[in-house]
Amino acid sequence: MKPAPFTYHRARDTEGAVRLLAELGDDAKPIAGGQSLVAMMGFRLARPRHLVDIARLPDLDYLRRDADGALRIGALTTHHTVETAGDGALGAGYAVLRDAMRWVGHLPIRTRGTVGGSIAHADATAEWCLLAVLFDAELTAYGPHGERRIPAAEFFHGFYTNALEPDELLVDVRFPAPARHAALTEFAERHGDFAIVSAAVTLDFGPEEGAGPGTTPLRGGRVALGGVAPTPVRVPEAEEVLAAGGRADAALFAECAARAAAAVDPPGDANGSSQYRRSLVRTLVEQALEEAVNR
Amino acid sequence: MTTTANPTRGGLTARALPPENLVTAGEVAAREGTAGRPRAADSSAARRAAGSVPSAATGGEAAHPTAVDSGARHHRPAGRLVGASVRRREDPRLLTGRGRFVDDLHPAGVLHAAFVRSTVAHAEVASVDLADVLATPGVVAAFTADDLGLGDISARLARPVEEFVPTDMPILARDRVRFVGEPIAIVIADDAYAVEDGLEAAKVTYRTLPPVVSDTAALAPGAPLVHDNAPANTLVDVAMFATPGIDEVFAGAACVVRVRTKTGRQNALPLETRGAVAEWIDKDGQLVLHTCTQTPHQVRTVAARSLGLDEQAVRVVVPDMGGGFGIKCVVGREEIAVAAAALRLRRPVKWIEDRKDALTASFLAREQRYDARAAFDAEGRILALDADVVCDMGAYSCYPFTAGIEPLMASAEMPSVYRVPAYRVRGRAVTTNKAPTAPYRGVSRPQYVMVVERLFERAARELGLDPVEIRRRNVITEFPYTGVNNITYDPGSYRESLDLCERLVREEGWYEAKAAAAAEGRHLGIGYSCFSERTGYGSAAFAARKMEVVPGFDIAEIRMDTTGAVTVTSGTQNHGQSHETTLAQIVADRLGLDLAKVRLQQGDTDRITYGWGTFASRSVVVGGSAVGRAAAKLADKLLVLGAHLLGTEAGEVELAPGGGVRVRGDHARAVPYTAIAEIAYLKSNLLPEGCEPGLAATASFDVLDDGTFSNATHACVVELHAGTGRVEILRYICVEDCGVAVHPQVVEGQCRGGIAQGIAGALFEQVTYDDNGEPSATSFMDYKVPTALEIPDVAIHHLETPCLFTETGAKGAGEGGTIGAPAAVLNAVNDALAPTGTELDDTPVTPETVRNALANGPRAAAAPTGEEDR
Repeated sequence: MKPAPFTYHRARDTEGAVRLLAELGDDAKPIAGGQSLVAMMGFRLARPRHLVDIARLPDLDYLRRDADGALRIGALTTHHTVETAGDGALGAGYAVLRDAMRWVGHLPIRTRGTVGGSIAHADATAEWCLLAVLFDAELTAYGPHGERRIPAAEFFHGFYTNALEPDELLVDVRFPAPARHAALTEFAERHGDFAIVSAAVTLDFGPEEGAGPGTTPLRGGRVALGGVAPTPVRVPEAEEVLAAGGRADAALFAECAARAAAAVDPPGDANGSSQYRRSLVRTLVEQALEEAVNR
Repeated sequence: MTTTANPTRGGLTARALPPENLVTAGEVAAREGTAGRPRAADSSAARRAAGSVPSAATGGEAAHPTAVDSGARHHRPAGRLVGASVRRREDPRLLTGRGRFVDDLHPAGVLHAAFVRSTVAHAEVASVDLADVLATPGVVAAFTADDLGLGDISARLARPVEEFVPTDMPILARDRVRFVGEPIAIVIADDAYAVEDGLEAAKVTYRTLPPVVSDTAALAPGAPLVHDNAPANTLVDVAMFATPGIDEVFAGAACVVRVRTKTGRQNALPLETRGAVAEWIDKDGQLVLHTCTQTPHQVRTVAARSLGLDEQAVRVVVPDMGGGFGIKCVVGREEIAVAAAALRLRRPVKWIEDRKDALTASFLAREQRYDARAAFDAEGRILALDADVVCDMGAYSCYPFTAGIEPLMASAEMPSVYRVPAYRVRGRAVTTNKAPTAPYRGVSRPQYVMVVERLFERAARELGLDPVEIRRRNVITEFPYTGVNNITYDPGSYRESLDLCERLVREEGWYEAKAAAAAEGRHLGIGYSCFSERTGYGSAAFAARKMEVVPGFDIAEIRMDTTGAVTVTSGTQNHGQSHETTLAQIVADRLGLDLAKVRLQQGDTDRITYGWGTFASRSVVVGGSAVGRAAAKLADKLLVLGAHLLGTEAGEVELAPGGGVRVRGDHARAVPYTAIAEIAYLKSNLLPEGCEPGLAATASFDVLDDGTFSNATHACVVELHAGTGRVEILRYICVEDCGVAVHPQVVEGQCRGGIAQGIAGALFEQVTYDDNGEPSATSFMDYKVPTALEIPDVAIHHLETPCLFTETGAKGAGEGGTIGAPAAVLNAVNDALAPTGTELDDTPVTPETVRNALANGPRAAAAPTGEEDR
């Protein structure tokens, strides 16, 4: 469990990091918190010849509210920073991000692991990947030819694969609009494990003053799942139920959860059969909807 | 030595304190004060049992009930250390990172070793090409079995070949590999990184053979053979008991229940993996092998034999250890290979097992299959027990216990705490193409206790009896009790622990909580397990298993120096049990010394005459008694010399608190130990005639009968979550009796850790193999060891039925938690599942199986099993 030989480089700035990655080609990997990569290198499942350490790049550790209400998170922001962010930094509309952090591994992992690293690693059950898909986040990649913006829906290609070029760095994650009634929940045998299935939802009661679960019919909502496919997925069939304009009650949630379970065809493995995962989808979507409506 | 057994209220037994000439003043007073009083009544738990303390619990707060306080447990005489939770002497260094573990040893010029391991489960080794390994930068050497020419590890039972087939384990595989991970070659390099580069360059070609990856496949007609000399892949097949007429008993019984179960393969998983640092020391003409073993002398014996050296040319030294749990009480092949490499290279060589190898290629444990039946009369009294036990031992027998360890333990002790009149058992060990197994904390007892406790629960259900009541009607209450299994059980509190445990559950309101939950459609269950644990196996008990190497005794040597401080040796081996504290407590009490004046020495074969190490919960029973006896012998000499200095006879003096000798009834006439030590060493010309210089004594202890049985009752309350199948443990209560607890806090630590491991086996951990014999769990991602977030707090209550033959009245406490937990958890899960009609008997119980059981709802009308026959 010792990595194969590699050369360590530390980048001083984003430009330099990208230049190094371009020079070193496919044999190079950027490393930030290293919470996934180092373990994979220990097993020699990943064997980059060069590591480009981006952990000390300036200006990529931030939580920022834009004037349009969007939230931007710098790629090097740790899970722990989000977990401990005050209401001023996130506001009620993004509180779900903070609350979801308790599902990310264990505390030592959260103090080192980064938001950008997690998304770039593209694990199908990672909380940040699921949140990015749920919020239709916009991911900013920076490469030799400058910046480009990639919608979350196009970012995740499959197990541990994404839209980034080898010489591109993920630098910024933009959550375009708040979702006050949102929740993420998941199930694993042990706390801190990768989820067997994870579910995240938002509920939309419209923008009017006083709009909310007690007074307003539901205008729509989103349902995203992890652990049921090679990437996190949205479930349009379940979202249709939320968009039909009904009251946000238990019957509607049950219907939405049932539709989500029917819509997915999860793979089975040692952690759970396909059928079990489908039953978890139903349980977790319902649970997430209950949590979301009570926010 | 005088001992007085006083049968007292509740069947508990009090035991007199040690002989007068070894007792401090404080002890004498206390002894007078406690004469004839049951020690158990000193614990608040026992007081509660006796009804003198009102309930502290109100019930109704299901998730956070008011726990009954276990309180000040052990009243003990002032000044006496045994029974006191003194500060652990190990803590300052271990808690400040100053422990010294095998990986902390860095001899100058040390090289690092790792092993080329088989990538297939079963094959003939066609060729091993290490040329590219040797060409790898940093690699210093690489050796195959042929290069080293080492003797095999050979574990034997003295049984005929129909009952036992030996399977010697080569240090490195020669022409055949039998599991994924089996070592084929050792590679030695400048550092731990280069050595893994070297491993990647090894070229091994195999002629693969069909793998045998389960016990059922092993026993199937025409199965491929793992060892050509073991027909039907059977290494052990012993029918230990068969009461005549047992079939008629079953035929005529009012109720017969059956449990078929399979328990998952587990890893004992010490935090510290295995490891060794070996170095040849020219000056001493010795190979020094630092290794984290529970049994240093056994490692020495095997290493010397394998290397072709006299034992005096091998010195095994054990540094601090981070756990063992049994997998370090057998001799591994890797440490011998490392020793051979160091010998060959004349340079220090280090091997630290990484977690991947620890999970896949180390010793595993626990995988067993039971088909058991029990017959009961209409009142719920057990009439007969009949069991077929098959243990999947993996590829080889372990040294010194052999593959017999598990089936013979199960066969010998399965009647458990119950009066079983008729018993039949067949115990088998089968060999498979999986990593070999070693005894793991509890050794078969977690499994057979689970089976027996499931049988009782099932019978209770069938007969319409309360599950605690049916146990109450069957537990042994008269001691000594000689069972159908020819074991004589010393006094215990089987019935009392059961009663108290049930009472605590009731007082805390869990039965009401269960009813309330059921009314809401939630699934709460309450489960119990009642069991005993033989501790302190002596040579008689191991000889009864027909081991060719018979462990049992312990030897202690004690020396007092010129400052009046003592060093005592023990052949036991601390690997987390706080021996430096607990054994010192015993010695300090015997000599009236301050704890700081007693130093324990273990884990060095050059300094310890011979020891069997620590396993089978033997240390406080056997080792504790040996150090106590050595201290008593030393005390005899101190009294003689003290009397000499005081100008009187030895019969006129006694030990004085604080370390000295004084005249009985005239305490002003006293000499401190330092004055005695002065004439023993520095002014030996002043010694009385015929008295040899020095202050040293040696004593040994062995358990010559059937050992001593600790006992406990556990209760577990679970809630099953329908949506996910999660088993949430809401409450865990342990009422334990290990006799006199030398250090109650250490006992509680043993209970908690053991229960955590038992819960792990019941609900979480399992090593599985695919059809090719490839292990599934190579990291903690897949091997689901539970964390503090999954393991509940445990309420521990103590009863105290002192052992009648140990020096302190202590019984062993190392394994009970692990033994009781799987049964309690499984019974609780099944209690919660009762409305569904599904019963889960295999472990680990996974969320998916629970979810399915709940989803399938009430039992289908056609369910045909016997439980319906009332």
